[in-house]
Amino acid sequence: MDFDFSALRQQFPFFTAHPDWIYLDNAATLHKPQAVFDAMDQFYSHQNSNVHRSAHGLSQQATAAFEAARTTVAQFLNARFPHEIIWTSGTTAGFNQLVFGLMGPVLQSGDRVLISTMEHHANIVPWHIHALPFGVELDVVPLTAEYRFDLAAFAELLKRRPKVVSISHVSNALGHIQPIADIVRLAKAAGAIVILDGAQGIVWEKMDAQALDLDFYLFSGHKLYGPTGSGVLYGKTEYLELLRPLLGGGEMIKTVSFSGSSWNDLPYRLEAGTPNMAGAIGLAAAIVWLQQQDIAAMQQHKKALVQRFYQGCRQIQGLELLSGPTTNAGIVALNLKNEHPADLATLLDQQKIAVRAGTHCAMPLFQALNSKGSVRFSFACYNSFDEIDRTLTALATAVELLTE
Amino acid sequence: MIRPDIFTETAAALKNIYDNQLPQLRQLKDWQSKYRILMTLGKTLPAFDNDGHRDEFLVQGCESKAWLLHYQDPVTTQHFWAFDSDARIVKGLIILLLVQLNGLTSEELAKATPELLLTELQLQQNISPSRSNGLLAVLNKIKAVI
Repeated sequence: MDFDFSALRQQFPFFTAHPDWIYLDNAATLHKPQAVFDAMDQFYSHQNSNVHRSAHGLSQQATAAFEAARTTVAQFLNARFPHEIIWTSGTTAGFNQLVFGLMGPVLQSGDRVLISTMEHHANIVPWHIHALPFGVELDVVPLTAEYRFDLAAFAELLKRRPKVVSISHVSNALGHIQPIADIVRLAKAAGAIVILDGAQGIVWEKMDAQALDLDFYLFSGHKLYGPTGSGVLYGKTEYLELLRPLLGGGEMIKTVSFSGSSWNDLPYRLEAGTPNMAGAIGLAAAIVWLQQQDIAAMQQHKKALVQRFYQGCRQIQGLELLSGPTTNAGIVALNLKNEHPADLATLLDQQKIAVRAGTHCAMPLFQALNSKGSVRFSFACYNSFDEIDRTLTALATAVELLTE
Repeated sequence: MIRPDIFTETAAALKNIYDNQLPQLRQLKDWQSKYRILMTLGKTLPAFDNDGHRDEFLVQGCESKAWLLHYQDPVTTQHFWAFDSDARIVKGLIILLLVQLNGLTSEELAKATPELLLTELQLQQNISPSRSNGLLAVLNKIKAVI
C-alpha cells in the first residue's frame, strides 16, 4: 500500500517548528508525535497524583492509567502477564538493574556471560561493575569480515557453557541486524538464559517475546517515539522472581523492620520509589500511536532511505562505508578517508544536518575495527527522500572542503 | 621531556595567524571560506612529538583527541601554550582561542573571554558543554592554571 508520508510527518511538531533542520540522529533519540505530548499533558493536567498508595479517587484514576500503560506494553511485546513489564528509566538503567539482580541467584563466581563485539556500553559496563568483581567471566563473539555477528564463532563460544547470553538486536553503531532467531535458538540449546537488548531494534520491528522465547528484553521509550526517562525491562515471570532488587524503598516493600524487610510481588518488587508515571503513560501512547500506523510500510520506507543514501554515498570519492546496505535497520556509519569523523560532522552541522560523530558508546567495536570512530547517519520513518538528497549534496560539499 | 622550543615556535605561529588569517576571517561572509581557512590553521603550528602526545596532556571531554601543553615564564609570569588535536576543525577553533590568550598573565587570563570571537566570526553559536568539540573542556583546562 501507499505510504502517506506527509500525513505521518505532520504528526511530529518538531518538524513544523524547525523545517530548516535535517534530523538524521534518530538512533540517538527519536522525535515524538503529538499523541505522546497529548497523553502526558492529559495526565499532568487531569490525573496527576501518586499511584497505588493514596486513599483518594484521583490516585485511583492515576493508578488505573499507569497500569493500563503497563498492559499496553505487555500486549505490544506479547508478554504472558502485565507484571512481566518492569518500568525502568531506559535501557541503560534496565541493564544495571538486571545484571545486579542476576548476581547471586543466577550468576556466581566462575560462571560465564557471552556478549558480542557490537554491544553498546550499556551491555558491557554493568557486567564490569556488578559481575566481573565477583568472579564472573565475559566472553565476546567476534565480527565477521563484513562486520556482522559471527554465528559460527558464537556456536564455538557456547561450548564454554555461558549461563547468560546478552546480545543486541541491532548494532547501534552500524545498524546491522543480528540473526536473533538463530542466536536465541543456539543459546537455548546450550542451556543459557537469553537477554536481548532491544534499544535499537524495537523501532525496526515488532517484538514477540513469547514467539522468540526471550528470557529478558530491554528497550528505551525515547527510541520508540516516547518520552525520555521511560523504558522497559521485560522478563519471564520465573526469571524476574529470581532477581535481587537493586533499589529499595517505596512501592517495592511488603514489610520493614530495623532488622530486615520483605519485598512486594512483581512487578512492584523491582520498581522502587515513585515511578515515572507520565513517562509510562507517554510511552504507552507512543505504542498506541505506532500500532495505528502501517508498521510494515514504515520499515519499507526506512529500507528505501538507506538504499538511496547508500547509493549516493558510493558516488562520493573517498568515503569508507562501515555499514552494509542490507540487513540494516536504518543506520549508515561512514568515514572520509584520512579525515577525523568530528570534522565531517561539524561541516554537516554547518549545513544543518544533524548527525553523530564518535564511537557511539561502542568503544570496543571501534577498537576491533581499528578506527577513531565514524559519522553516523540514522534514519527514521519521518525522513524524506528529499532530505536524503539534500544530505548527499551537503556531504559532497563537506568532502570537497576537507579534500581540496 | 617537552622541548622548550615548542612554546616559542607556537607563539610565532599564533602571532602570524593573528596578523594574517584573523583579519581575513573577519572579512569573509560565507561559511565555506571561513572553514577552509579554519582547517588550515593547524598546519602552521609546530608538530608535536611523541612526548607532547602523552596521555597526561590529553584534555578530557573531547570526542576528538586534544593535547594541551603549558609553560609559565617564571620572570614575567606570562602563560604560554602549545596545542594539538587529531581533528582539524577543533584544532582551528582552539587556535583562535589561543591567539588571544597566549602570553597573558594570570590576571589577564582571568578576565579574558576568548570564546566571544568564535561567535563574532559565526563559527560557533555558543560554547556548550557537549563533548562534540571539546572547546569548553580546553577553555576550562586553560583557566585552571590561574
